Amino acid sequence: MAENQRSEVPAIRLKGITKAFAGKVVANDNIDLSVYHGQILSILGENGSGKTTLMNVISGIYFPDHGHIYVDGEEVVMRSPKDALRHNIGMIHQHFKLVDVFSATENIILGLEDKSRYDLKQCVKQVKEIANQYGFEIDPERKIYDMSVSEKQTVEIIKVLYRGADILILDEPTAVLTPQETEKLFGVLRKMRDEGKAIIIITHKLHEVLSLSDKVTVLCKGKNVGTVVTAQTNEEELTELMVGKKVILNIDRSEPKNVQPRLIVKNLNCKGVEGVDVLKDINFTINSGEILGIAGIAGSGQKELLESIAGLQKCEGEIIFMDPESGEEKDLRKKTPLQIRDLGVSLSFVPEDRLGMGLVGNMNIVDNIMLRSYNKGKGVFLNRTESSELAEKIIKDLEVVTPGKTTPIRRLSGGNVQKVLVGREIAESPTVLMTAYPVRGLDINSSYMIYNLLNNQKESGTAVVFVGEDLDVLIALCDRILVLSSGHVSGIVDARKTSKAEIGLLMTQNTNKDGASDGRA
Amino acid sequence: MWAAFLRRAIMQGIPLLFGSTGEIVTEKSGNLNLGIPGVMYVGGIGGVIGAFLYEQNATKLNPILAVLIPLLCSLLGSLLMGLIYCFLTVSLRANQNVTGLALTTFGVGVGNFFGGSLVKLTGSDVPSINLTATSGYFSATLPIADKLGWFGQIFLSHSFLAYLAIFMALGSSFFLFKTRAGLRLRAVGESPATADAAGINVEKNKYLATCIGSMIAGLGGLYYVMDYANGVWSNDGFGDRGWLAIALVIFAVWKPHFSILGSILFGGLYIVHNYIPGLDVSGQELFKMLPYVVTILFLVGTSIGKKREAQPPSSLGLPYFREER
Repeated sequence: MAENQRSEVPAIRLKGITKAFAGKVVANDNIDLSVYHGQILSILGENGSGKTTLMNVISGIYFPDHGHIYVDGEEVVMRSPKDALRHNIGMIHQHFKLVDVFSATENIILGLEDKSRYDLKQCVKQVKEIANQYGFEIDPERKIYDMSVSEKQTVEIIKVLYRGADILILDEPTAVLTPQETEKLFGVLRKMRDEGKAIIIITHKLHEVLSLSDKVTVLCKGKNVGTVVTAQTNEEELTELMVGKKVILNIDRSEPKNVQPRLIVKNLNCKGVEGVDVLKDINFTINSGEILGIAGIAGSGQKELLESIAGLQKCEGEIIFMDPESGEEKDLRKKTPLQIRDLGVSLSFVPEDRLGMGLVGNMNIVDNIMLRSYNKGKGVFLNRTESSELAEKIIKDLEVVTPGKTTPIRRLSGGNVQKVLVGREIAESPTVLMTAYPVRGLDINSSYMIYNLLNNQKESGTAVVFVGEDLDVLIALCDRILVLSSGHVSGIVDARKTSKAEIGLLMTQNTNKDGASDGRA
Repeated sequence: MWAAFLRRAIMQGIPLLFGSTGEIVTEKSGNLNLGIPGVMYVGGIGGVIGAFLYEQNATKLNPILAVLIPLLCSLLGSLLMGLIYCFLTVSLRANQNVTGLALTTFGVGVGNFFGGSLVKLTGSDVPSINLTATSGYFSATLPIADKLGWFGQIFLSHSFLAYLAIFMALGSSFFLFKTRAGLRLRAVGESPATADAAGINVEKNKYLATCIGSMIAGLGGLYYVMDYANGVWSNDGFGDRGWLAIALVIFAVWKPHFSILGSILFGGLYIVHNYIPGLDVSGQELFKMLPYVVTILFLVGTSIGKKREAQPPSSLGLPYFREER
């Protein structure tokens, strides 16, 4: 650790930062933290714990509702990213803020107030100098769209350095990097720290926290739940802080009955947009009469896994459906949703993106229900009677709060939208029901209603898949829990015997077998 | 004959060049202003109103004022149109397509309303306004043009607005691709979030680009009335040139200097039917279709080619709001 340049005054100090969205969702609740020059601070937390929101507040993208920000001991007001830049704060966003059709240099000099003549050649030279100083390899005249992910990140970092930033914020910089690239990045960050820069890095990979940072601040549900010195902590303590204390939930969980393999997934592999592996060698079985939970940090491959099964994603491997009536084995791979239905497989999917993939916001409840059954009936005219009855039943049974069944879906609150979607999918009496974050944004009562619905489905012999983020719920609701960690299955545990800490560790485990670094450095 | 055809093609192309230069500057900020045909109409009628009032009230026309007054009125008219568009789409985040189309309808209506009113004021029998005197000043050419044969006829026989159009196109290209301010503007159109994070004022850039773009496009309307039509305004006379200007934007792959040659090509295709003997009315209409056919074929080509530089600005048509999640 670099003792030499550490100053007495924190480079940046936050006091009581609070930020709520739409007046309801409190993303940051009274957060204090500080970083000194020559120090690396890790911010650790689960999904939705408010890490990115907090960093956006520091970099001027969000304006906090309450609280104070001090830079080098002086209070500052950050109304726009421009203010943050003026105080030498540079942010490297998780989703790169780069213009694709510009060259690296053009992106780097973008927005700088420079009165001198616009001389691209001169700028290219300056960029090269910075790159050499920190040991980056980059072609300053290359267009961004020709670059790999790690090259783009390099451009982002040089952009911040070019502006002379003293305080660097990196939002999940390693999420898209290979272990070798990560090591290289960490080397650069250590060098910057030794030169007296203050660095904040957001991550949920524990081994990275331990190997890189000097200090860790843990966020949980928008609150700062503890700041510890890295040298005095370990993975277990951090996991415990991160997942919080165990909460007792009263979910009626029945013993699984008549358990039979329903869907067998073998050696499933899937590549993402950037050409990286999103799913790697996935093997598991979904059983009837059982709820299978899927846990993992956001973006570990949950979405791709469900979409592969539902026929919405290109993938390699085998997906075999065991028909409960005929006992036949049916291969679902490389089939479209319509082909899967034509095979006689009743598969229901409640996607994460309700209004994007599940329902049409501008259409009313009845018409949204018809999206599932538009092919039924004769002739060219629609028959709304059946859907209309189902709509009434869903509204009544699930206590959907709506002015009527002809109200456009987008006018309903998130919870009620979800009830309509789940209600519609369950009404199909599926043999396999897959749900992704079905209680996200729902209040307690609505959440319990969804849990009960899922339990009813399980008791009637459906194979249920539940992708969740709240570990307490997963443990209380599911029978088995599959844990995903960067596209790998890092474990399948018995929900009745496991603990939050065990799942938490599995979630953050480094499963990159080819990785150079594994855990503590 | 070739020289005469080329000269007419250039004259036909100049309004398109103004329109497409203005629209390119606008689109580079991410604003898809489909109101350009309306803006050009308003630019045209603005000039007509200015010229009409000056001709009616002045006993003897001062050449400088006779050019300056219509010019300023035209610029003012198209600036107002640009401001309406910006207020609706940038400040209120209205849908850009709907706003643009509404402005086109509105602009054509404004043009025809004032055109009709002025015709009534003159008490003329024909439904058009004659501003021959003002037009005379606008279309003044270099005196040496006649003495240089075909070269003079093609390149030197044009009015100052035509040369201004070419200068504007070259100047816009220089601004967009060779200056810091141009880099900022292009960043706003490509990725407003990136521009914002880099400390660029997105709203200001959008406002400025759209208003200046509208003013440039409005000059196309002015040129059409004062020069191409010899100072005769008749309702709906401007026709579909505004849409042709938008098609030219695509053809020029968002580079104003490309639209100089493009505008002459489009202008030529637009009038080529006059130079082909023995065409009946339906044949003429088929030939008038050519610029659009060329644009569609060109779009097919660039879409297959997938060259990133030939694509529209990535955020074209999308509103931007910083705190959106």
